[in-house]
Amino acid sequence: MKRVNVIQAKAFFKVVALLALLLLNANGLAFALTENASGVPQNTPTTATAEPVAVPAAVAHAPEEEKAGEVIMHHILDNNVFSFEPFGSVNLPKIIVGGFDISITKHVVMLWVVSAILLIIFSIVGSKYKKMTSRQAPKGIVNAMEALVEFIRTDVAKANIGPGYEKYLTYLLTVFFFVLLCNLLGLVPYGATATGNINVTLTLATFTFFITQVAALKAHGLKGYLAHLTGGTHPALWIIMIPIEFIGLFTKPVALTIRLFANMTAGHIVILSLIFISFILKSYIVAVVMSVPFSIFIYLLELFVAFLQAFIFTMLSSLFIGLASAHEGNEAHEAGVAHH
Amino acid sequence: MLTSGIILLAGSLLSPNPGLIFWTAVTFVIVLLILKKIAWGPILNALEEREKGIQSSIDRAHQAKDESEAILRKNRELLAKADAESDRIIREGKEYADKLRTDFTEKAQAEAKKMIATAKDEIEQEKRRALDVLRNEVADLAVMGAEKIIKTALDADMQKKIVDSMIQDLSTKRN
Repeated sequence: MKRVNVIQAKAFFKVVALLALLLLNANGLAFALTENASGVPQNTPTTATAEPVAVPAAVAHAPEEEKAGEVIMHHILDNNVFSFEPFGSVNLPKIIVGGFDISITKHVVMLWVVSAILLIIFSIVGSKYKKMTSRQAPKGIVNAMEALVEFIRTDVAKANIGPGYEKYLTYLLTVFFFVLLCNLLGLVPYGATATGNINVTLTLATFTFFITQVAALKAHGLKGYLAHLTGGTHPALWIIMIPIEFIGLFTKPVALTIRLFANMTAGHIVILSLIFISFILKSYIVAVVMSVPFSIFIYLLELFVAFLQAFIFTMLSSLFIGLASAHEGNEAHEAGVAHH
Repeated sequence: MLTSGIILLAGSLLSPNPGLIFWTAVTFVIVLLILKKIAWGPILNALEEREKGIQSSIDRAHQAKDESEAILRKNRELLAKADAESDRIIREGKEYADKLRTDFTEKAQAEAKKMIATAKDEIEQEKRRALDVLRNEVADLAVMGAEKIIKTALDADMQKKIVDSMIQDLSTKRN
């Protein structure tokens, strides 16, 4: 529980950072708009920015900042172009089937790259394991992967789900490596963070949601599942309890979705903003003293967060499965409630 | 100012994209199925097998330790028993030897006593027999002397000579 609190605090700070940046950004845009509207570029001391910038610099300042906001969002958001600046860009195909737009976007390509890397790594590892006898010790990449697999198996799945955890290992392991690699590839040049897109995290959380519900149904049966929705209270309270419990079912996957998405997006926005500060202020000193060291620091933090968020997603998924399949216990239920 | 914020939040960052959801689901499910086949199965099997192997090794080691301890205990017991046994045997041997010695000495003494007694008896008998023989001899001699004396009673010289010669005879005979 404590660990989760710390993580939520971290997520909170990131959201604050994101909001602050959005506000700054909005100010910049607002400034640009007023500037265009008034048509008086010179001698407008109404700088919306809080930084003590020299007034003459304000002229070039506003469009730059607007551009910065656009560039940042362009980097974060999904689009149909996979750009390899300065070498050019690849336009991705648009596919529309039966009125649904299922175009291949940048994030879809990243998902496929992730899948390809996962499949290559694990086909190597898997074939090594098939050849290996139980008396041989693993080495190299097999050993590295085994450490992670064993960690997910014992410390995440076994610890949170308890007996019968083997059924869920396939999902948990896949989701861990999938999210981890998505997070990491966002830190690679020309890469994009697929897990920084809410649609991707929502889909993954939906899988967790369905698995959780199936686990609950299997563990308690339909009757027990429905009885759980009443919270074990007096029938007179059902009119309150059932909606609350019903909403409670959906808060878990929504929390998973937002947590992963916000963490991955926030880190990238912070890095890009730190870099853009030096462009906005047009100062080498700021670049050397602030932008580069701080963005390196945030980058390393992001590297950590990539692992952390993959772990959190997997751990919370297994926790939810464990809570759903645990046999009636008020502590377990309360723990689940206290958690979100 | 508000509009840009709304554009950023609602317009793009949180906008739903069914295509991406579709592709994520498809990609994830395919990856999951393939990985299950090629990776998780073998890896988890191997891990489980190794876990079992390690557990059984530990169990075996414990068993072997218990066994060896039991054997050691048994050996110690045997050793102690053997020590006691050897002590007993030595003691018994000593006792036996003592007994044997005393027996032998007693027997030997008894034998010696018996031998001495028989020897004494024999000596006594021999002495008696010798005395008897001597007595008979003396009687014979006396009779023979008396006979000679009687034969030569007429001549004193003769008698004297006879007695002398007889004595002479006796003494030579005796020597």
